[in-house]
Amino acid sequence: MFQIVGKRKLNDSMTLMVVEAPFIAKKAKPGQFIILRVDEHGERIPLTIADYDRKTGTITIIYQVVGKTTMKLDQLQEGDALLDFVGPLGKPSELEGYHRAAVIGGGAGCAIAWPQAKALHQMGTKVDMIAGFRNKDIIILEDEMRAACDNLYLMTDDGSNGHKGFVTSALEENINNGAGYDLVVAIGPLVMMRAVVGVTKPKNIKTIVSMNPIMIDGTGMCGGCRLTVGGKTKFACVDGPDFDGFEVDFDETIRRSHTYYDEERRMAREEKCKLMEGAKNA
Amino acid sequence: MPNMQQKKTPMPEQAPEVRCHNFAEVAEGYTEEMAKNEAQRCLNCKNKPCVSGCPVGVHIPDFIAHVANGEYEKAFQIIKLTNSLPAVCGRVCPQETQCESKCVRGLKGEPVGIGRLERFVSDWHMKHGTEESTKVPSNGHKVAIIGAGPSGLTCAGDLAAKGYQVTVFEALHVAGGVLMYGIPQFRLPKEIVQKEIDALKAKGVEVKTDMVIGKVLEIDELFDMGYEAVFIGTGAGLPNFMNIPGEALVGTYSANEFLTRVNLMKAYKPDYDTPAVPVHKVAVIGGGNVAMDAARTALRLGAEEVHVLYRRAEEQMPARREEVHHAKEEGVIFNFLTAPVRILGDDKGHVQEVECVKMQLGEPDASGRRRPVEIPGSNFKQSVDCVVVAIGNSPNPLIRSTTKGLEANHKGCVVVDEETMKTSREGVYAAGDAVSGAATVILAMGGGKAAANSIDAFIQGKNK
Ligand SMILES: Cc1cc2nc3c(=O)[nH]c(=O)nc-3n(C[C@H](O)[C@H](O)[C@H](O)COP(=O)(O)OP(=O)(O)OC[C@H]3O[C@@H](n4cnc5c(N)ncnc54)[C@H](O)[C@@H]3O)c2cc1C
Ligand SMILES: Cc1cc2nc3c(=O)[nH]c(=O)nc-3n(C[C@H](O)[C@H](O)[C@H](O)COP(=O)(O)OP(=O)(O)OC[C@H]3O[C@@H](n4cnc5c(N)ncnc54)[C@H](O)[C@@H]3O)c2cc1C
Ligand code: SF4
Ligand code: SF4
Ligand code: FES
Ligand SMILES: [Mg+2]
Repeated sequence: MFQIVGKRKLNDSMTLMVVEAPFIAKKAKPGQFIILRVDEHGERIPLTIADYDRKTGTITIIYQVVGKTTMKLDQLQEGDALLDFVGPLGKPSELEGYHRAAVIGGGAGCAIAWPQAKALHQMGTKVDMIAGFRNKDIIILEDEMRAACDNLYLMTDDGSNGHKGFVTSALEENINNGAGYDLVVAIGPLVMMRAVVGVTKPKNIKTIVSMNPIMIDGTGMCGGCRLTVGGKTKFACVDGPDFDGFEVDFDETIRRSHTYYDEERRMAREEKCKLMEGAKNA
Repeated sequence: MPNMQQKKTPMPEQAPEVRCHNFAEVAEGYTEEMAKNEAQRCLNCKNKPCVSGCPVGVHIPDFIAHVANGEYEKAFQIIKLTNSLPAVCGRVCPQETQCESKCVRGLKGEPVGIGRLERFVSDWHMKHGTEESTKVPSNGHKVAIIGAGPSGLTCAGDLAAKGYQVTVFEALHVAGGVLMYGIPQFRLPKEIVQKEIDALKAKGVEVKTDMVIGKVLEIDELFDMGYEAVFIGTGAGLPNFMNIPGEALVGTYSANEFLTRVNLMKAYKPDYDTPAVPVHKVAVIGGGNVAMDAARTALRLGAEEVHVLYRRAEEQMPARREEVHHAKEEGVIFNFLTAPVRILGDDKGHVQEVECVKMQLGEPDASGRRRPVEIPGSNFKQSVDCVVVAIGNSPNPLIRSTTKGLEANHKGCVVVDEETMKTSREGVYAAGDAVSGAATVILAMGGGKAAANSIDAFIQGKNK
């Protein structure tokens, strides 16, 4: 069992959790992820290692509540324990040797982009972080992101924080103003990453994207996480999750991520009802 | 006087039209009367030809003689001398090519039902036996086992019996390997596998799940932690694909994903959170045990139509005969000499059809089997919404890619000395599917056993 030693709500739908996992904390590197199982009936879900502390032996995860398993996860409190927690999985990000990088996070993707920005920044790369949210009420990790980069560009879809626009508009503007990026890291919804590549590919700016297909084992056994990169089949859990954005077949990945949509929605509805019942009876 | 009945004593089974809708075990097992009756068919041959067909050398006539006398616990103890997972082997061994293929009763009629008797004895023991799980006093030496499949578990059990302090590191959240995630409940109930694992734990074997070796710990670190030898039993879990167009469409799955969802994650039970694969009209590609398991699982998940597409002829199918027979009874439709050439999708990228070409048998190939060749112009389309690719698995690459100096061949199999199971790394041994490529439970166990003996000799030699 893996004890939860910290829990903090970041906004209405996002939570940060600190979990005791000394073996994983010893080995974790930016870009890697864990797979957890909440309880005996639970499914296995992957979450990025947002942070780690080798001394205290803890791993930080940040998740967005989107369906049944993340709802169940969010029911747990400090002091409770997770049944399974396995990692560090995937390849660490390869971030060495860049001068000026734009790290782009979309919504929940900021949780994953933040450690990348931090790693680049610590290596001496000049980092612009561009973070996009739907509105200002759901902005998360603002202080953490600011500390992990040279310039933070916070964008909202509705302009409620005074900076209206998508992450791609900020990216284009910076590029046009001569930012001179030799690396772009894009992490967020698949459509956002596809849009970023739409900007960087014509300009031939190396772009790393973090892919999040449906996973089960995370060890290369099920093939469920496969995606097409440069015309070849890759397994995101062992060959990724980072890939060259120019090579990824986003349309295919977007389709495949909906494979279990009907069943997932049904389970999420049922879980919600259960939670509401529970709240009523409490 | 032996029982000269020509056929095996029939095995009680759930009726096909009933069982194809549930996950309960198909074969229900012998009663004591049936077991005695079958045991009496054994001639107790002096030269024991059957034993030479068993990769772990179960003392077949000896245990069967005890069954005939109603001494089931004694029979069990004899099997246990050489086979650490008899309840599993009795169910899944391909007996028709192993022990039973050598049985003299098979010359005229059917061979003795050795597997069925082995199963009966193990099940009887699980129900009635009193396990005096004696922990052997520790000899103070530590050994690490990577992978809790049949090879790793056998190696662990044998070493624990010699007094070693054994830790099994398993990547998944449960031990058992393919026995847990691949072979379905209706063929091998998971409760039985769990009991075997619990018995090992009772003997002092420590099992650490959620440990992906190569990621969380490397083999060098295991040595640093005081393990004097390491056994690699990581299996062949990497699914092969056909590399034909359409394999990335929504609705195409590897057999591993399809089966893992159902077996490991229990997606067929409404109170488990992992979604099962949605199935209506299914095509399973392949002709081995994995293909049979996928096809029969699809039926149980509610598929209306399940086709097996196999590019060779029926006689060439590598699946156990019994499973093919069961699949047919349950309504799986077999299309032999049929090879898929591409999978076609609708405008949303969902599987709609699989295009196949008919094959005919040509000249024998390297394996001696007649090679299937395409019949030009024989292409046809089969309408399906789910394609399960079950054309084989290769060794897991993770250990290989993270362990320096571990030699592997071009197929990704760890290279070992076939007698000692020694790898190219000092103190590191390997066996099972990781070495042979996808094979059988009993071969993996045989390899694990051989490795345990070598590890013992290695550590004792070192400490002289
Ligand atoms: C490498 C990787 C890292 C990730 N890191 C994070 C993270 O740091 N924070 C975060 O909030 N989310 C992360 N995700 C996504 C997260 O795994 C899903 O949001 C989660 O599985 C949803 O589970 P659910 O049951 O709550 O929702 P569901 O309703 O079951 O699913 C919602 C959507 O999530 C995706 N999903 C469902 N099951 C899985 C699965 N087993 N594996 C992957 N995706 C799935 C599907 O696209 C699905 O439509 C990551 C995914 C991957 C592959
Ligand atoms: C669907 C299916 C049906 C089959 N039916 C039959 C049958 O009827 N009869 C028969 O004899 N054989 C059958 N087989 C084959 C048989 O199951 C295998 O030959 C046998 O399980 C191999 O045993 P193993 O110990 O080598 O590996 P596995 O059983 O594959 O176990 C390997 C274990 O190692 C773990 N592992 C892998 N990498 C790591 C790592 N880096 N760190 C830690 N752990 C790791 C895996 O998670 C797994 O648990 C079938 C196989 C499949 C897939
Ligand atoms: S272990 Fe397998 S091969 Fe050996 S006797 Fe038993 S069923 Fe036959
Ligand atoms: S060969 Fe057949 S009849 Fe002879 S001892 Fe073995 S099982 Fe019995
Ligand atoms: S998650 Fe199963 S192969 Fe990647
Ligand atoms: Mg889910």
